[in-house]
Amino acid sequence: MASAVERFDNTARHSFEAAGQTTVYRGELLRHPVYTRVLHWMVALFFFLALFSGFGIYLPWLFRWFTPIFGGGQLVRIMHPWFGLGFVVFFGLQALNWIQPMTWTSADSNWIRNMGKIIGGKEKMEPPDTGFFNAGQKVQFWEIVIGSVVYLITGIVMWAGARTFGRIPVAIGYVLHDISALIMLGGIFIHVYESTFGQPGTFQAMTRGAVSEAWAWTFHPAWYKQITGRDARQACEEERRRMTGK
Amino acid sequence: MTERKTLQTEMISAHPSPSPGHGMQRDLEVCKLVDTTICIGCKACEVACVEWNDMPFSPTTFDNTYQTMRETRWNFWNLIKFNEHQKEDGTIQWLMRKDQCMHCADPGCLAACPADGAIVKYANGIVDFNQENCIGCEFCVSGCPFDIPKFNPLTKRVYKCSLCSDRVGAGLEPACIKACPTGCLKFGSKDDMKFIAEERAKQLRDKFGMENAGVYDPQSVGGTHVIYVLHDATDPERYGGLPKNPQIPWSYTVWKWLFKPVLGTAALFGMVGVFLHYVGVGPRRVQPEPPRKEDGNGQRG
Repeated sequence: MASAVERFDNTARHSFEAAGQTTVYRGELLRHPVYTRVLHWMVALFFFLALFSGFGIYLPWLFRWFTPIFGGGQLVRIMHPWFGLGFVVFFGLQALNWIQPMTWTSADSNWIRNMGKIIGGKEKMEPPDTGFFNAGQKVQFWEIVIGSVVYLITGIVMWAGARTFGRIPVAIGYVLHDISALIMLGGIFIHVYESTFGQPGTFQAMTRGAVSEAWAWTFHPAWYKQITGRDARQACEEERRRMTGK
Repeated sequence: MTERKTLQTEMISAHPSPSPGHGMQRDLEVCKLVDTTICIGCKACEVACVEWNDMPFSPTTFDNTYQTMRETRWNFWNLIKFNEHQKEDGTIQWLMRKDQCMHCADPGCLAACPADGAIVKYANGIVDFNQENCIGCEFCVSGCPFDIPKFNPLTKRVYKCSLCSDRVGAGLEPACIKACPTGCLKFGSKDDMKFIAEERAKQLRDKFGMENAGVYDPQSVGGTHVIYVLHDATDPERYGGLPKNPQIPWSYTVWKWLFKPVLGTAALFGMVGVFLHYVGVGPRRVQPEPPRKEDGNGQRG
């Protein structure tokens, strides 16, 4: 099973790499290949379509002005499940693509324990054992995996309706669907912030696919070491000396 | 109902503000009384309903009863349910009940509905669907304890009995009432109908030996604007699945009116949170940061 997934991902990566391209300049590292980037933006597209079409159904007295964007309430009702299905399918592919780097390790437990320092800005650099993804990213990833399963199950129940699944499953399903959406909504603010204003230099990882070496040794030291063979702190110190000329 | 009735709105599904004009006019609560003990199963009310509401022909189904079809449909709102109930002494009791929307005082369909103005409850007790606002999500189906709202796959809207709100608004009785030949169906104010129903139940208990005869007006949904006189009010289930204690799921009451707005606002505070982080803590920059300028401006802060 695992090897089949790997084979599938490798084939997909190769064919996408043939279709698109990633330019890595000197002083940069390849962060996300074309396949990952395309998946990411497909997930994002369907996420926001589902989110905005869902708002009008969730709290019409506050968000009814969202529904005309999609052509009115009836069309929102018809299209929202398809947006959701698109989200689940593309995120499902992304989950297979990322399952290996997203696996939880003891370094992540340490990261969670020191979370306050990192978020509070006391530590300028991530802990030395932070790999390709840090624990915060992994928590969000697994939250979306679980949330997507909840979306899918409760969504199908509501889609088919009370006539198929009974009144109570629909009534409960819609609460779980809402909770899942609320958690993901809260999370998306953090995700967008961290990848743009919160950590300058991050956004290009998902557009061009490449990041600066300095970005890599600052935010993902263990990954930097794995790719370049150099120690992150040492590299940073050397760069500092070069910069200040001392 | 000789006086002219107006349809004064009392509740509107998913509406952001109080119902316009609510409480401005005194309006009697109307009620339909169905006395199951004198229904003869002639189905005149079924025909009258289809005729008045101008609904297309709906094919009937036969499954060894006199019942026209298994359950009400989007274009068939009024169905006599025939049930053969075997009593303890072995005799058969042939029960006929007119099944239609109960027009609950606390309508589960209205509570469940996410579309503004798709379901309205008038001050006279009628619960009505406005299909032009319906988005076809079918949440009302799961909110209704009587399995009444029915989805039309062609129009993608949900339909049900309107208690002939168009007729009642013009001072007339509903079409089914007008068609009933036995006096099994009555229409009037809720107080009057409740009084007549209670009197009839008392009569059944005292004079006809039906010691369990009673009135069906379930308080778990705040009472209904269609009430039944039953031979045996202790077991309404035998009348084609009339729920003894109809309930609206808690998710449509507590969740919808309390947790939804509160948690929705909380999720939006994620936005406030990251903004405060940006302002208060500031972004995390790639290390090493370039050295600061030696002149006065760079040193501050």
